[in-house]
This record gives sequence, structure tokens and C-alpha cells, in this order.
Amino acid sequence: MTASAMTAKRDMEPRTVSSWWSRNQRKVIPYIYLSPFLIAFLIFTVYPAGASFFLSFQRVRGFISVEEGGGVVLEHQGLKNYERLLTKDKRFRTAIINGTEFAAGTVLIQMPLALGVALLMNAPHVRFKTLARLAFFAPYITSAIVVAWIFTLIFEERYGLLNALLGFVGIEPIAWLTNKDFVMPALIILGLWTWVGYNSLFFLAGLQNVPDDLKEAARIDGAGTLRVFWHITIPFLRPVFVFVIITGLIGSFSLFSQPYLLFDSGSGPQDSALFPLMYLFFMGFENFRMGYASAMGFVLTVIILMVTGLQLLLFRLWKV
Amino acid sequence: MLKRKRGGPMDGGRINLMFMNTVVLLGVLVSAIPFIYMITASFRHQGELYSLPVTIMPREWTGHNYEKLFGDTNFVIWYGNTIFTAGIRTVLGVYFAALAGAAFAKYEFRFKRLCFFIVLATLTLPFHVILIPLFLLMRDFGWIDTYLAVIVPGIVGAFNIFLMRQYIEAVPDELMDAARIDGASEIGIFHRIIIPLVRPALGVVAILTFVNTWNDFLWPLVVLHDDTKYLLSIGIATMDGPYDVEIGAIMAASFLSTLPILIVFVLMQRQIIAGLTQGAIRG
Repeated sequence: MTASAMTAKRDMEPRTVSSWWSRNQRKVIPYIYLSPFLIAFLIFTVYPAGASFFLSFQRVRGFISVEEGGGVVLEHQGLKNYERLLTKDKRFRTAIINGTEFAAGTVLIQMPLALGVALLMNAPHVRFKTLARLAFFAPYITSAIVVAWIFTLIFEERYGLLNALLGFVGIEPIAWLTNKDFVMPALIILGLWTWVGYNSLFFLAGLQNVPDDLKEAARIDGAGTLRVFWHITIPFLRPVFVFVIITGLIGSFSLFSQPYLLFDSGSGPQDSALFPLMYLFFMGFENFRMGYASAMGFVLTVIILMVTGLQLLLFRLWKV
Repeated sequence: MLKRKRGGPMDGGRINLMFMNTVVLLGVLVSAIPFIYMITASFRHQGELYSLPVTIMPREWTGHNYEKLFGDTNFVIWYGNTIFTAGIRTVLGVYFAALAGAAFAKYEFRFKRLCFFIVLATLTLPFHVILIPLFLLMRDFGWIDTYLAVIVPGIVGAFNIFLMRQYIEAVPDELMDAARIDGASEIGIFHRIIIPLVRPALGVVAILTFVNTWNDFLWPLVVLHDDTKYLLSIGIATMDGPYDVEIGAIMAASFLSTLPILIVFVLMQRQIIAGLTQGAIRG
């Protein structure tokens, strides 16, 4: 060791901590930066997910007051919760069917509509684009509660805007919110109003990602507008289709605020507006059957993950 | 943008264009009418709202609903509660998301891939699974009826981290290295180089977080039970119960609670939409 290095080393000796820090901060700092996320993740996601799994095999017999340390009194149930849920619970089945119907209804009508809107907004020379973007996005950022209140007025049977409008074309007033056969169409209308514009923005972003020269080249090769659309534009929009379908499905299973408000904290006539997350909420926080509700949470998650996986697989098979 | 469609601007094209413009305007109208109806309903008497013929404009304007809203309900308190909660959650949430985003975008560390996988996994995890134990946890913490329960659990949003990572990646490494040579610490680099360069992105993340907190309903409903602690969403949802107010007052509350969100959106729509659609088109 040379003399100068010795002195340098001696200089650093008294402040080892700070010198260690200045040498290693680049290695340590990412962990510090990530720690808020990781800590929150452990406490508020990992622990609850584990606790949920545990709870799903229990029955909650009572609550210990927070002054006495909190927590719940449990009774082990084995697989009883799951057994009941999957084989006997008719309301759970109704909730799943409603969720699926709503998903199918909104996604199938929504996608073509949203794509159509996006194509219009992407076409050259079309006017009012800024205004349209604003108008189409506004429903999405409006609170679901506010939307639901507005639609209680719009769906009103005698004095509602929608029936008044339908009256012009000779359609008799429809009991949107009290006739169980019209509850689902009413909810789908509300869903379309809320999400078509929002989804069209994703399609629009996708359309703007399609390289113009590719379309131009295909045209020079003699492909018509429709063929260019089908063979070039649509494949480029694949990630958008995946996104719209998956968020649509998860959204339907998680539908809560709108039906909860429209049907007065209830599930609509003959459970026609009962959705999975709503049913879980009723079970957990109104009947206080939290073990059962936890089992429900797991089954729903498995269903959602399975369907999502299936969709991803299908889209992967659908090659460019 | 000026490229002509095939066929050029002949008469057929012009009619086509007129048709397209009409459809766009029609769509705008469909989107806008419920909002207009909300606003006009807030200036109407109950009797008029439930009478025929159905009209969009009031026959007689009244401020009665607003008097009732401010006089008889806790609306102003809810408004304050919501601004406070959403504000704190936004500031902290954006800061933490930027930190995590910087870690992913600009540093190499051992468990990087695992950590990023965790971020993506929380994005897809449905809220269903953790709702009940999370409530029990809040109860054990003694956080029921406090804003800690609303602010803390979702403080670091996975989607926000994802967005911030995307934006921070664009910060030039040379700039950071130059600062290091000048003796800047990593924390200093974060605050003095990264943060100023990604300020537009911070704005987008802030607005998305703010709007989400502003509109959130289910979770606040589960953890806030005291009327004076309510946020706007729960307050407005339950207004018909304890106060015996009419739908006009509810429309007034709806209108006033939507207004700030819409204004912010009008001012920043381009950035917000770009931020939201970023993830989806890349797949």
C-alpha cells in the first residue's frame, strides 16, 4: 500500500458510516425507495389475503371489542363454507349469472360502439373532436353514486326522461327499475353510458398506433378499405380488445355502487340486480357471516383469474 | 392529417363527412344530457320534476334545493372531509409511487424482477379477496371512523408505480451520472433531477389518485359510520335517509361534488387520457 493511500484510508476511518453510505447508496437506495410499497403490500394485501384464506374455513361466532384487544371468535368449519357456496347457495348462483349477463351485455354492445366512436374520432376532417373527447370521458370520471342518482330520475316510470323519449316513437312506459325483466337492460344502458366513451379512448390510442405506411403499402398492393381494416387495423388493436374485455368482466363482477343505490341498498326485484361483490358485502357486513363471505371472495377470485387466463390464451392463439 | 381519403373530397365524401359530424354531435348529446338534466333538476321544485310533460329545462327556476342542502345537511362538512382525505392521499401516494417508479426505472438490484412481478400481481388482484380481513384489521388498529382507514391501505397504488416507472425511464442517465460526479447524493438526484423532469407525469398520477379517492364508495362505506365523518360519496348516497331531503337537493349535491373533477379534467384532459391509455395499448 502506498503512503498516499494509507493517509486516504486514515482520513476515512473516523466516519465509516457515511463513507460506507457514499460507496453503497446506489445499491441500497432502491430498497428504500420501494419500502413504502412493500410494507403496505405486506400489511394490507399479503396479510389480508392470508387471513381471508384462513377465515374461509371458519365461522365468525362473535366480535371481541376493540378495548379488549379486538379480533373475532371463530369456529372451525372445515370445507362447509365452500360446500354450501358451491352446491346450495342459489343467491350466489344468481349473482354470478347476473354478473356474467351484465359483462356479456356491456362488452358485446360496448366494443363495437366504442370502436365505432374511435374510428370517427380518428377520421380526418371530422369536427368537434375536443368537445367529443370531453363529453365521452366525463361520465367515467363522475362518481358512480352521482351517476346512479341521475339515472333514478332518468329511469323513472311515469316522469323519467328515457320513457318520455321512447314515448315519441310510440313505446309504452317501461318499469325499468321495478320490473325484474327490465332491470338488467336498465343497468346495461347505464353501463354503456358510463363506459363506451372511456373505452373508445383506448381504441383511439390503439388506432393512432397503427403505422400509416403499413396501411398505405397494403392499399398500393390493391387491398380495399375493409381488408386493410380487418387484416391490419384489427390485429394492431388486439391489446385494446384484451384490455376492454378483461376490465369489463372484472368490473361486472365488482359492480356495487350503481345497483346498491338504484335499488335502495338492496338487490332489486327478485335479486335481479344482485352482483357478486354486492352479495359478498351483504353477507359480510349485514349478516356478519364473514367466514362465508371470505370463502366467496376466494371463489370469485379463482373464477376471475380463470376467465382472464382463458381470454389471454385465446388472444394469444389469435395471431396477427 | 391532411391526407384525403380514397375518392377525394367529392360530393359523396362531403355527405359522408356531414354524416360523421352529425353522429359525433349526437354522441356528445347523449353523453351530456344526463349532466344537463342533473343541473337543471337541482334548480327545480320537486312537484315540477314529477309532473308531465317531461322537460329538460325548468319551467320555474328555484334556489330552494341549495338552501335545503346547505341548511339541513352536513354537505359542507363532507366536502371538507373529502378534500382533506383526497388531498393527503394524493400527495403521499404520488410521492411514494414516484420513489418506487424511480427504483424500477433507474436502479439495478437483486429482487427487481420479483418486486415488479408483485406490482403487476396487485394490479390484477380483485378487491373481493381482501375486503373482509382488511376491515377486521382496521377494526383491530382502531382505525374505524378515522381517515387513516381511507388513506393508508391503498396509499401506494400499483398502477401509479407502473406509470411512474414508464415516465422516469425517459430521464437521461447522463444527467444523473453528471450529478453523481458533482457529488450529489441519490436522494438529491431524485428530488432535484427526476422530480422536476417528470412533473407532468406527477400531475397525471395526482389527478387519477385524487379522482379515485373522491369517487370511492364501497371502502369508505365499510370503514366510516359516523355522519360527520362521511365523505361526499357516502353522504350523497345516504342523503335521502336521515335528512328527508328531496331529489332536487340530491341533484344539487351531485352537481357541486362533480364540478371540481370536471373542471380539472377540462384543463388537463390531454395529459390525463395519455396517462390512462398508456398501459393498455402496449399490452
